[in-house]
Amino acid sequence: MTVARPDPNAMLRAVPYCAWLGLTARLENGAFTLDMPFDAKLVGNPILPALHGGVTGSLLETAAIMQILWETGTSGLPKPVDITIDYLRTGRPVESHARAWLARQGRRVVSARAEMWQEDPERPVASFRGHFLLANGE
Amino acid sequence: MSEFADFWRAAMRQGMGQTAFLRALGGELVEFEGGRGRMRLPWSEKLVGNPDSGVVHGGVITAMLDQACGMAIGSALRAPMAMATLDLRIDYMKPATPRSDLLIESECLKITREIAFARARAYHDTPEDPVAIATATFMLMPASAAMPKADQ
Repeated sequence: MTVARPDPNAMLRAVPYCAWLGLTARLENGAFTLDMPFDAKLVGNPILPALHGGVTGSLLETAAIMQILWETGTSGLPKPVDITIDYLRTGRPVESHARAWLARQGRRVVSARAEMWQEDPERPVASFRGHFLLANGE
Repeated sequence: MSEFADFWRAAMRQGMGQTAFLRALGGELVEFEGGRGRMRLPWSEKLVGNPDSGVVHGGVITAMLDQACGMAIGSALRAPMAMATLDLRIDYMKPATPRSDLLIESECLKITREIAFARARAYHDTPEDPVAIATATFMLMPASAAMPKADQ
């Protein structure tokens, strides 16, 4: 059965925190790219300046959740069980992007990966992996 | 209390950790000293990650735990140093309660010449019943590494 999937940008706008961060999504060949514009409120180190590590984590976790929703077709939001973020480079005060993929999809738990970059996808700012509990399967 | 904490107290008075993002989230630094600290985050609508339940987004908790770990390390240093998060692992033990303040407590576990280790937990009522637990590793650098070159 083919289910009409909701517009990812409408979903992001419906989540207050994602709307507040200004996140938008692009879908290319079944994979989302999330875009996050720079804003002065996102700074966590005023001297460098650099994005707050929590901003990076927020973008990565959202990318993983969107990809899980898309690939599993579940309607309820997956719940994070555990996440790990490797911070590879300073998040500079420019637009950021993230993309996620599923390393393994079980009936209840998904293992997701994600990467965030700025100008160059070959030079990631951070990489992410996490387990999520799917909302369905009750 | 040891005298080497003087620089830290002075830095805190000058707004250390009062970052734009923490202010935007509405988070507060309660206290950080001697390698331990506490923060607080009042619930607000803009932090919500699940519009059906009102539960805050995981990234909000990530931000608070990351900063709490970094500041616990900062408060344990013997001299000012720049630092950057290397990695952060978070276990989500239970969903945050909508419309409830989150409290965060953190501690620095170990400082070496270049690396520091910390952990933190976020909770509502008691740290024994955490919403999330974090383990973090930070890189330490000379304080000058974090200064804008033009100002030196």
